Amino acid sequence: MIQTDIAIIGAGPVGLFTVFEAGLLKLKCHLIDALPQPGGQLSEIYPKKPIYDIPGFPSILAGELVDNLMEQIEPFKPGFTLGERAETIEKIGDKLYEITTSKGSKIQAPVIAIAGGLGSFEPRKPPISNIAEFEDKGVEYIIKDPEIYRDKKIVVAGGGDSALDWTIILATIASEVTLVHRRTSFRGALDSVDKVMDLAKEGKINLITEAQVVGLEGQDRLSSVHIKDKNKGDYSIDVDHFIPLFGLSPKLGPIGEWDLEIEKNAIVVDTKDYSTNIPGIYAIGDINTYDGKLKLILCGFHEGTLMVQSAFKYIYPEQKLSFKYTTVAGVNGFE
Amino acid sequence: MDDIIKITVIDREDVPHELDAPTDMAMNLMEVCRSYELPVEGICGGMALCASCHCYVMSDHELHEASDDEENMLDQAFFVEDNSRLGCQIQMKNELDGLVVKLAPVD
Repeated sequence: MIQTDIAIIGAGPVGLFTVFEAGLLKLKCHLIDALPQPGGQLSEIYPKKPIYDIPGFPSILAGELVDNLMEQIEPFKPGFTLGERAETIEKIGDKLYEITTSKGSKIQAPVIAIAGGLGSFEPRKPPISNIAEFEDKGVEYIIKDPEIYRDKKIVVAGGGDSALDWTIILATIASEVTLVHRRTSFRGALDSVDKVMDLAKEGKINLITEAQVVGLEGQDRLSSVHIKDKNKGDYSIDVDHFIPLFGLSPKLGPIGEWDLEIEKNAIVVDTKDYSTNIPGIYAIGDINTYDGKLKLILCGFHEGTLMVQSAFKYIYPEQKLSFKYTTVAGVNGFE
Repeated sequence: MDDIIKITVIDREDVPHELDAPTDMAMNLMEVCRSYELPVEGICGGMALCASCHCYVMSDHELHEASDDEENMLDQAFFVEDNSRLGCQIQMKNELDGLVVKLAPVD
């Protein structure tokens, strides 16, 4: 069990910078994120894209901004629980909440800051009507242990790096691997594309392009997939496993079940301090909404800064809060 | 006015919305939809890095070919058809007057 002053749900840029501002008030933070690395969208969607609207940086790559933020908050020694989604929030005492993650980790804090962006990143599921029936019964969106595919018949769908990489790996493990892709070209790394093409030429995998998996069949577990092929029409192939790899997309997820006031997939906050309708729970960055809201990293930084001032007063109502500028003594005096 | 074109966006309930789109503000279709509060997310902000502005071009306007980035992103979308495009990659230009697009289903 982890105890901290502010539990921050979401380790994107806004969650990260909030550690800094909290640190200046000597408040400790612990960050929780469903992704295995910090940075949120910046790391997951566009690490190599330049951002032009961060004050003081005419241009900075999203991934560099995350690295810089990590360096900036390092003196305050934040804790991280990564690769785990915050599932539930329970009030366990006066001014004490307990967050439980998808892997059962428990984080206790008087204050929770939800900096969840657009929600947590989850695998995109193909719109096949009965796909949910076969989840963990032949359909897997994430490969946890390649060994379960040994000597099995596998269909992989997708055209990106993960679809290509897993096709290459599974070709040596499974008895039969079929890769189904919408187009004839692939977007993955060039050598992976070449490797897949070679495997197809050598007959070690079946490559079906300009096609999509549109249906699933089976009693209790998956036994065949239905393929819509632009060139050869519709047909089914027998499989043990179907692995759709279409990347990740953000979903609001459990945040919607925490009795917070939600409007248009965002948490309604008071702009005085970005507090929600539940005392001690704040929402900052893209996850919140208010009159005039702009979804900008810049605005999230501001929101986190004001939020921690309010959090301090909430945790220590008797203590006087004196605001200090870092220009006086750097961050050293604050650690 | 010269710098305004009319476009029609058919939403996911098949309701058509006729919109005035400025052509002198460097706006793309995703941004126009958002400014009218149509249900287009535009998660990535127009970098062709998500597929939340996936739409079908229904009129026979000649659009520029999709870039590799756009095609790559469409690979991660579902319900992709031959007339699929990402709204963020369609810049509002005078030639697109009368454009008709339909929003693709969301996954």
